[in-house]
Amino acid sequence: MSVVTPAEVRAVAWLARIDVPEDRLPQVAAQLDDILAYVRKLQAIPTQSVEPTSHVLPLSNVTRADQPVPPLPAEQAVRLAPDQRGHLVRVPKVVDVG
Amino acid sequence: MPVAPAALTLHELREQIAAGALDPRALLRDLLERISRLNPSLRAYIAVDPERVLAQLEARLQHGPRGPLFGIPITVKDNLCVSGEETACGSQILSGFRPPYHATVVERLLQAGAVVIPRANMDEFAFGSSTETSAFGPTRNPWDPARVPGGSSGGSAAAVAADVAIAALGTDTGGSIRQPASFCGVVGLKPTYGRVSRYGLIAFASSLDQAGPLTKDVTDCALLLSVIAGQDARDSTSAPMPVPDYLAALSEPVKGLRVGVPALPSDGLDPQVAAALEEAQRVLERLGMRPVPVELPHIRHAVETYYIIATAEASSNLARYDGVRYGWRATALPAGPARGGGIDASSAQRGLLPMYLQTRAQGFGAEAVRRILLGTYVLSRGYYDAYYLQGMKVRTLMKRDFDAALAQCDALLLPTAPTPAFRLGEKLADPLQMYLSDIYTISANLAGVPAMSVPCGLSREGLPIGLQLIGAPFQEAMLLRVARAYEQATDWHRRRPALAAAGTAR
Repeated sequence: MSVVTPAEVRAVAWLARIDVPEDRLPQVAAQLDDILAYVRKLQAIPTQSVEPTSHVLPLSNVTRADQPVPPLPAEQAVRLAPDQRGHLVRVPKVVDVG
Repeated sequence: MPVAPAALTLHELREQIAAGALDPRALLRDLLERISRLNPSLRAYIAVDPERVLAQLEARLQHGPRGPLFGIPITVKDNLCVSGEETACGSQILSGFRPPYHATVVERLLQAGAVVIPRANMDEFAFGSSTETSAFGPTRNPWDPARVPGGSSGGSAAAVAADVAIAALGTDTGGSIRQPASFCGVVGLKPTYGRVSRYGLIAFASSLDQAGPLTKDVTDCALLLSVIAGQDARDSTSAPMPVPDYLAALSEPVKGLRVGVPALPSDGLDPQVAAALEEAQRVLERLGMRPVPVELPHIRHAVETYYIIATAEASSNLARYDGVRYGWRATALPAGPARGGGIDASSAQRGLLPMYLQTRAQGFGAEAVRRILLGTYVLSRGYYDAYYLQGMKVRTLMKRDFDAALAQCDALLLPTAPTPAFRLGEKLADPLQMYLSDIYTISANLAGVPAMSVPCGLSREGLPIGLQLIGAPFQEAMLLRVARAYEQATDWHRRRPALAAAGTAR
């Protein structure tokens, strides 16, 4: 039984901000469907009274002294960007002023 | 013929260097010579810059620190940040990225006096079990170049097996240290979640990831673990637990210890692996350990649970790669209208959006895209409860299984992988088959417990087989103790691939 449709892949790809070409959608949908069909076996396990585990360590609210440390210098941080000018990261135009 | 320095173990080298019997320069030259000779075909490293490594050694010799790894080269996987050195996580999208800081584990190696050799090859973002998804080409298995080294820490494992690394660090989210250790005939340990800092480990699944050693023997594993283990203020999930003396644990007796033998799903289990495990159990019994049957009823759901939780976390962690602040950015943008998925199509056609869409489409490989989409799907409205929430609940059941089983024994004995190394290309087109090669390793990550792989046999084709020991949280010392006793009673860890023997004796 097929569950994942090409339209769903298109929507999920949009959410994930990944361009998946139209002609690839059916193949990707089939692969996801294959994996999800296997994964769905999990839904048969009774878990009504089971708490979810997001994390195995019995740790919560780990705090440390609120002491400032020197930050990464701006020029070092900006140098990592694929496109930059001075201390600024360059990106394609965001606001259309025309 | 004298044994070449690069073929020695970490603990042998440490003794020789401390005694003044070996110049660390001779060791590093021997290692770099082997790398330049073997790496072009093996591709255990994405790249090695001999000049920089030699300069690092000179600095260490002049200024120290003279710690327990003084002058010894340690290889690290391409997802552990090394300040100023390219660290790309096996991905195009991070190509050219030079982190401005060290991962804590790297810092600890340096504080111990080691020379860090970066860029062991890996599956892209650690998404894989074969190292075939690396954007920089696949690593070959030193035992048979037509086969994969396992993954995702395949570069680290192959490097140690081929004596182009003395010892290495890998990372393990679902088996990525243990399965390649098994495929390459080396020792690999995934510590308890929280035992080792994840600061500077490029995140795949934050609730599962741990860094750990891949080494030539169990003693080296204990030595390397004692260097990297311990709490770190920069990782709030690192545990405030004292680090025991792992080397001292090696010589503790194993007589009277209980080895838990779980009933396992056997579909896909190679009979040769099953036979090797039975023989390993007999060895442990001869050493005075007592077998105890235990139940892990939910382990057969490990792969399903994992591919929900790990992909959900990965899709969230990988959202940061947008081509803006670091890494790689696509410059070739399509001319036609971009798909908007119901969002305002005009905004998708210019400005930032096409840059995001194309950077991520071109920068990630097929498996990374698949996992991001899968993770986004299981987290999306309408599917969250059925997949992600249910996955987290089954994870609770799995953790309870391990708590119960480990209350009845001192360590569990399982296969590491269901088969020896498979051929390149064999599983690449069938993601689900690839995922199933981690069936025995995944549950330890979900339960957060420590687990290690130790060589325990060779198949008819001459390929290594590994056994897996799993312990209670923070009981790495127990695993090392049992593994060391097993290793002393057998000689599987001394078997070397023909490739490693080339030009050396051991």
